[in-house]
Amino acid sequence: MAAVNPAIHDTHHDGHAGHDDKPHGFLHRWLFTTNHKDIGTLYLVFSLTMFFIGGSFAMLIRAELFQPGLQLLQPETFNELTTMHALIMIFGAIMPAFVGLGNWMIPMQIGAPDMALPRMNNWSFWILPFAFLLLIGEIFMPGGGPQGGWTMYPPLSLEGGFNVAFMIFAIHLMGISSIMGAINIIATILNMRAPGMDLLKMPVFVWSWLITAFLLIAVMPVLAGAVTMLLTDKYFGTSFFHAAGGGDPVMYQHIFWFFGHPEVYIMILPAFGIISEIIPTFSRKPIFGYQAMVYAIASIAFLSFIVWAHHMFTVGMPLGGELFFMYATMLIAIPTGVKVFNWLSTMWQGSLTFETPMLFAIAFVILFTIGGFSGVMCAIVPADYQYQDTYFVVAHFHYVLVTGAAFAIMAAAYYWLPKWSGNMYSEKWGKIHFWSSTISVNVLFFPQHFVGLAGMPRRIPDYNVAFADFNMISSIGGFWFGASQLIFVGVIIHCVYFSRQRATAQVWEGAHGLEWTVPSPAPFHTFSTPPVITNDMLAHGDVSH
Amino acid sequence: MAQTQGAYYVPHGSHWPIVGSFGLLGAVGGAGLWLNEVMVGKPIMAVGIGLLVVMLFGWFGSVIRESLAGYYNKQVDVSFRMGMIWFIFSEVMFFAAFFGALFYARTFSVPWLGGEGHGALTNFYLWPQYSAAWPTNGPQDIGGAFSTMSPWGIPLLNTLLLLSSGVTITIAHHALRTGHRARLLVFLALTVILGAVFLGFQVHEYAEAYEHFNLTLGSGIYGSTFFMLTGFHGLHVTLGAIMLTVMWARCAKGHFTRDNHFAFEAVAWYWHFVDVVWLGLFLFVYVL
Ligand code: HEM
Ligand SMILES: [Cu+2]
Repeated sequence: MAAVNPAIHDTHHDGHAGHDDKPHGFLHRWLFTTNHKDIGTLYLVFSLTMFFIGGSFAMLIRAELFQPGLQLLQPETFNELTTMHALIMIFGAIMPAFVGLGNWMIPMQIGAPDMALPRMNNWSFWILPFAFLLLIGEIFMPGGGPQGGWTMYPPLSLEGGFNVAFMIFAIHLMGISSIMGAINIIATILNMRAPGMDLLKMPVFVWSWLITAFLLIAVMPVLAGAVTMLLTDKYFGTSFFHAAGGGDPVMYQHIFWFFGHPEVYIMILPAFGIISEIIPTFSRKPIFGYQAMVYAIASIAFLSFIVWAHHMFTVGMPLGGELFFMYATMLIAIPTGVKVFNWLSTMWQGSLTFETPMLFAIAFVILFTIGGFSGVMCAIVPADYQYQDTYFVVAHFHYVLVTGAAFAIMAAAYYWLPKWSGNMYSEKWGKIHFWSSTISVNVLFFPQHFVGLAGMPRRIPDYNVAFADFNMISSIGGFWFGASQLIFVGVIIHCVYFSRQRATAQVWEGAHGLEWTVPSPAPFHTFSTPPVITNDMLAHGDVSH
Repeated sequence: MAQTQGAYYVPHGSHWPIVGSFGLLGAVGGAGLWLNEVMVGKPIMAVGIGLLVVMLFGWFGSVIRESLAGYYNKQVDVSFRMGMIWFIFSEVMFFAAFFGALFYARTFSVPWLGGEGHGALTNFYLWPQYSAAWPTNGPQDIGGAFSTMSPWGIPLLNTLLLLSSGVTITIAHHALRTGHRARLLVFLALTVILGAVFLGFQVHEYAEAYEHFNLTLGSGIYGSTFFMLTGFHGLHVTLGAIMLTVMWARCAKGHFTRDNHFAFEAVAWYWHFVDVVWLGLFLFVYVL
């Protein structure tokens, strides 16, 4: 279907579109902005940049692992790269991308003129470049960047030089940014909905962000506390994580993963929301089980607080703890399963078309589910004694994070790009990007299950020759996947600056929801006066029953 | 330009956030250098913190001006309230991490070091002479022998001080709502004074601990949890007292009306939050 009528520029204007008052001058526009769309764009561009910086680190890692033995990198450099890769991808690429999408879409989806606290919104974004300046800058400091892994376990992580303090402070800044961003999103959703946009009529994406924002406010301060304890242990003589002083390094792991597991759901719940918007559009059916979807997100969020120690099964916990965390973790598979089945039921008997966003969404459903299954495998305590700290875990979390979170972000980018830019992207190149990415990502990560099960440890620059073949395949997949992302950038640049195919307001034939009632590109200010909401304008129709 | 967007006020662009970002960069970048013994870190940190203070005054200044000019409506007010509530919730979770460390040490790591449960072998091989007790500075007596503060001296007094400051600020708030200006100013000032006396006692207690009890930040896990918990709390009391002082000045200038004084209420919430944290501290750090 694509754009229904590409040649005709949409004429539906909301009251304000005529007199856009974009600030003039580059600095004014981008540095001082309080506009949710501009801030959303800043977040998205920042995220894409970090995606490539973190990605180039991954290319170096895969190059070193192309063959057994040490070829390219010193072991210290290798460790530095794995640590930085993870920190940059998690805090710099995935999280800011979701915040950017939320910034752009939430006000438009609930009929609000902007975010609730626009100036704070600006600050939330503008802290990030400085945080990453500190983090990435460490590479050039004496002693190099952090090498103890993104989880920063003591005592190893405290062995670094300059980087310890800077890494901790960078994390503090990211935390401040995330918390302010999350507060803003909650205030926006709870306080700025247009009349008639009841909570249980909101798009699932908005729901997913409401719950994610709550998770962020609840756990980012805990991470801040954990790294503050690292800081004082290193520089001020405290003994939080020193057994000799009555502390315990395992205590760090508990505090860290109390943050860490909700954190992985912070990176997937908004993805669930995105997929729940895209699949109905291209199935031309309302979402199956709207309320079940919302409650499933809420129960996943609740459970995410009581499963953290599944990351620590081999560390030496009392048996009761192991059992509790095993069963609690497995419970998460139930609401997650509800979501997967509801996506399938939404597609069932729909009249499906396969534009790029839909392709990414379908790939998400399949590949994320693979990651979910390997997660359940990891949750089985006796089995996890084998998997812990092997490439099996690496395969697991890359299936949920790359083919899960990152694929959902790409799906969202293709889905909403016409709304943002007013132009259609090239469907042909979008599809090439999709197939190239999807095939290569499996070449990249699927073999890691095998080497992991065979016992290849993670975070190590050299390995037994027995793992050589699969690693070479994996590296080839890695370079291929990395190169495929250049297509993505090409498609975006082409769409924004060169595409001559105009998008209509509705863009997609089956799209419903407030964001599709404003023109494309969305005017600088939307919904200056609250819209009157009718059921057919709702993303999923009247779902209140 | 600032516009009133239909029903909602969307503020114009502002340079304060980016100033704040440079301030943060200076503050933590400088601190990082300083911790690594690069001494230019100190002035950089000072400049950064200075920028942050300037930013806070500038930013809140423009919010106050807009508020006085009547730009804000009910909805903006609710947004501010939500912002403050969730900010306080994030602070609660920050303290929860440190309380968590305290509970974990007391219920798990210290007994395990003493040989309980699966800690039997650690104890047997590393520190067979160590028997678990609380307070402790660990099996290697990190920081040397120390003694602890009695909860029934200064800490009890401090509890009473903070609790009464909770009462005085409520009286002040009531006075504000009923338009009793003099009573408002007196009781608000009293609140600030109670907070300041609390801090004075706290400083005195720290000095005692360091000089006479050999209880320091380096006194093993007890010293770590004691000073980090009470220290962060003290920092929050300081912040709260500063904000109360600003509120006093704003009351004196007549910024608030009977039913439009959210800034005052936000600070009052914050003050109550600091109060509640103290009760937790008094119970779990001092008494138990
Ligand atoms: C059904 C859902 C899931 C289950 C049951 C599950 C379970 C687990 C378990 C048990 C581990 C620890 C494995 C080990 O270290 O031995 C783990 C690791 C991990 N999981 Fe999941 N998981 C699930 C979904 C997710 C999702 C949705 C994400 C992120 C989007 C995610 C990200 C991660 C990450 C990043 C790690 C590794 C952390 C590290 O050690 O560096 N998982 N998962
Ligand atoms: Cu987990």
